[in-house]
Amino acid sequence: MALPKLEELSKSVAKGPSLMTGGIPKHDWLETTPVFKPENFPYPTKQEKLEYLKFPNPREWSPEDEDWKLPSNWKDIILQGFKERIDKFRSFRIFMDCCVRCGACADKCHFFLGTGDPQNMPVLRAELIRSVYRNDFTTAGKLFGKMAGARDLTIDVLKEWAQYAYQCTECRRCSVFCPYGIDTCEITMMMRELLHLVGISINWCMEPVANSNRTGNHMGLQPHTYYENVQYLADDIEEITGVKVDVPFNKKGADILFITPSADVFAEPGIYTCMGYLILFHYLGLNYTWSTYSSEGGNFGLFTSNEMMKKLNAKMYAEAERLGVKWILGGECGHMWRVVHQYMDTMNGPADFLEEPVSPITGTKFENAASTKMVHISEFTADLIKHGKLKLDPSRNAHRIPTFHDSCNPARAMGLLDEPRYILDHVVPKWHEMPENTIREKTFCCGSGTALNTDEIMDLRMRSGLPRANAVKFVQDKFNVNMLSCVCAIDRATLLSLVNYWTPGVDVCGISELVGNALVLDGEIKRETGLRFEPLAGMEG
Amino acid sequence: MKVLYPFIAVLALVAVALVGSQISGLQYLLGIALPYLAFAIFLGGFVYRVLQWAKTPVPFRIPTTCGQGKSLSWIKRDPLDCPNNKLEVAGRMFLEIFLFRSLFRNTKAEIGEGPQLSYGSSKYLWLFGILFHYSFLVIILRHLRLFTEPIPLFVKVIEFGDGILQLGAPTIYQTDLVLLGAVAFLLGRRLIMPQLRYISLPADYFPLLLIFAIAVSGILMRWVFRVDIIAVKQLTDGIASFSPVLPDGIGAMFFVHVVLVCTLLIYFPFSKLMHMGGVFLSPTRNMSNNSRAVRHINPWNDPNIKPHSYADYEDEFREFMVEAGLPVDKELPPAEKKEE
Amino acid sequence: MYDGAKIIPGLIIFVVLATFAIWYGAGDVKQVPKPEKPVGYTNCVKPTQEMKESHMTLLNQWRDEVIREGKREQVEAGGKMYEKSLQNGCMHCHTSKEKFCDVCHSYASVRPYCWDCHMSAKKIKGLEEAI
Repeated sequence: MALPKLEELSKSVAKGPSLMTGGIPKHDWLETTPVFKPENFPYPTKQEKLEYLKFPNPREWSPEDEDWKLPSNWKDIILQGFKERIDKFRSFRIFMDCCVRCGACADKCHFFLGTGDPQNMPVLRAELIRSVYRNDFTTAGKLFGKMAGARDLTIDVLKEWAQYAYQCTECRRCSVFCPYGIDTCEITMMMRELLHLVGISINWCMEPVANSNRTGNHMGLQPHTYYENVQYLADDIEEITGVKVDVPFNKKGADILFITPSADVFAEPGIYTCMGYLILFHYLGLNYTWSTYSSEGGNFGLFTSNEMMKKLNAKMYAEAERLGVKWILGGECGHMWRVVHQYMDTMNGPADFLEEPVSPITGTKFENAASTKMVHISEFTADLIKHGKLKLDPSRNAHRIPTFHDSCNPARAMGLLDEPRYILDHVVPKWHEMPENTIREKTFCCGSGTALNTDEIMDLRMRSGLPRANAVKFVQDKFNVNMLSCVCAIDRATLLSLVNYWTPGVDVCGISELVGNALVLDGEIKRETGLRFEPLAGMEG
Repeated sequence: MKVLYPFIAVLALVAVALVGSQISGLQYLLGIALPYLAFAIFLGGFVYRVLQWAKTPVPFRIPTTCGQGKSLSWIKRDPLDCPNNKLEVAGRMFLEIFLFRSLFRNTKAEIGEGPQLSYGSSKYLWLFGILFHYSFLVIILRHLRLFTEPIPLFVKVIEFGDGILQLGAPTIYQTDLVLLGAVAFLLGRRLIMPQLRYISLPADYFPLLLIFAIAVSGILMRWVFRVDIIAVKQLTDGIASFSPVLPDGIGAMFFVHVVLVCTLLIYFPFSKLMHMGGVFLSPTRNMSNNSRAVRHINPWNDPNIKPHSYADYEDEFREFMVEAGLPVDKELPPAEKKEE
Repeated sequence: MYDGAKIIPGLIIFVVLATFAIWYGAGDVKQVPKPEKPVGYTNCVKPTQEMKESHMTLLNQWRDEVIREGKREQVEAGGKMYEKSLQNGCMHCHTSKEKFCDVCHSYASVRPYCWDCHMSAKKIKGLEEAI
């Protein structure tokens, strides 16, 4: 899809009439009708994918059509699903009840900052569904109706849910600022679950879900292809370093099962991160294994429904048990780590067949993962560096001046902030933080998480990514930053389009790529290029 | 429009009270029956709503982490913004409930040409929010002088502190002025700021206007349309001790005040004002971030949800796996091997 | 019920605090204040109801007039003239601070700052004896 023209978008964002620039919409939000036009909504899920997943109402349809081909009793289905969910999730019920509409969240959302669309203020996004909650499930709403902010669930309201549930990346930034901790992520999750009940979903989410279920990974790579892709990366490593690294797969009796997002295996610049993992594991002589069955760290079930999240995630423990490993090591990924950290043990534990993770190199016990038995690669690497187990040559990354992007989920759903920073301190000569309000727990989303990384909504993505890009621009101008490092596979994919658009000259990498590049291997040849075959500093000639 | 209806509603309540105060039968109804009813609805409704939340499970451990979590022993962690145990959670909740910690983080974003986004510190909402809540609390505690006999020391101390400026007769309470100022600010921002104006509902204006009217009626009763405080206390203390009497000569403004307060009490459990209870129960704030170290139990976790099994997976791809040299659990059947 | 071990005690604390006024001092005999009425006088400077509600503003006004503006003319009530003075006017009839003023003031928890400067008859007597 065509990218919006930079000049036009820049002007539109800063000057266009929007609530962000001071314009007040004419229509009351309780009475707006959603407009669907090409490029403002992701493609709906293909019929065959929903059929495969046994999800309700598989059909070919288009959001631009007046008729969405919903079941005739769609309203009953939604309201019943609503009731079930307010009875199952305290978060949902409390967040429906407690909001005082103080507006503190409004300008915290990257979608609002980039679009100025009132419905993208977290408070209003939640009000879209809260208005129906009041109407059907509260005394005040039943008694006072519109006065109490209640409205009937009409087809337009449902369509509006669809529109704005897919203009939220569940990044939780609003939740940091909310005096009651209201987390729009929880609300968006519920909206998406409800929409699934009547067959409203987007293909960019559900196709990876279907693929992941069948082949083990989002792209639907079959085992041999997946394996061969990793082999190619090993070949590249040999060419660059002169060292042949092992690629153990589906190996029973390994100590550690390694799982990373499949994007690291097939897509730039994730593949360089993957090369970093391979180099590190070879350097350590780690007795580990990859898996083709559980070959996806990511879990688009998180963006679908709690049941689907559980089903996809269950592969990790199932494979760890089948292979008889001691514990699991996870690669760099954002939402994967939300699932692993906050959901996995609850959904699919207890993992009694595993052992409390201990680093075979340093002997460090990962007490914080004692029950789930899964360790983040940044925790693992930081521990190695702290114990002086890695011979690193940061000057090999001298051609990189990185900044660090905290991914939403590790930052706000895990508290993983300083491990990657510690690693960065040791693998590059220097790096620079972005401004204070855009990092750590206040970090801005890449703008395309939760399966919105799809090309047909580029205008929206470039807008929602603007706050992040703007912070990158700041350090690019100030410190000549030329590399945006991160620990998230979705970021590696989405930030690349974002920086190419807003801040050309900045590239994107995973932290492990920088580790792999700096790591001095036994028997290596003199390195002239980095893992991307790019010349190292001083080797440009 | 959205502010007009709540405004009319508050005026109507005042009118009802003014009329009622002139009719002796209604005086009894407004001064004695209504407070009992309102307090019962407030207390019962509040407890009911909290129990409704308590009945709903917390399936997942979902704290919003706002600082470094517990990780390697040498990484400095942030116990208050990313608590790892109950004590730290208590600390986080204390800051949240008593000092409005999250609101303190508030910033204001602006977009300029470039486009260039900037984020400025914006603590007004926090400041006026906290002034409002604490003034209200002090005012409520002060009112205990009318419901208790003998009056507890802490009430006297609070009252003394609140009137410490010793201005005027009767003495001015600072909290009265602060409350009015804070409510005016909270109301003003809803009317003036475009974003707030757009999201505000009648249900946002009504409690603010109601509280404003309560404060005004209370202040008028003290300085302008003065009432016989001894008679008032006979009534209020009588209510609190379940032996209500209706003394003669209580001014009309008292009935206005009482009707408005009772409206607030009745309105409370059905409205967003329940954030008072909800803030204690917010799962993103009141949980430890220790979900990888301690397993959290979901009472409705469905054990029947199983992954697409490895056996099925291998059945589908065995041929390719064998060909690529990947280990398999079950070898290919000999017939298929022949075909290759 | 989930987290009942925390929520129920929390609710109990809330209910206990919210009903403080009910259980605090319950069972105590409620004394309605009965200020001692002056003997031999039937008319105050203003009607009784107005005095009940607003005596403090009158006193405040008197203070300002007398001390700040020097207007010391007397006021008439029931054919008698009274000084615009707390000690010499009001307390001419209402002789006891303790039996008149304090009775209601302590019932309503009012601490007027009259007595920062003025002294009650009892105190004056006590002082005289001490000297």
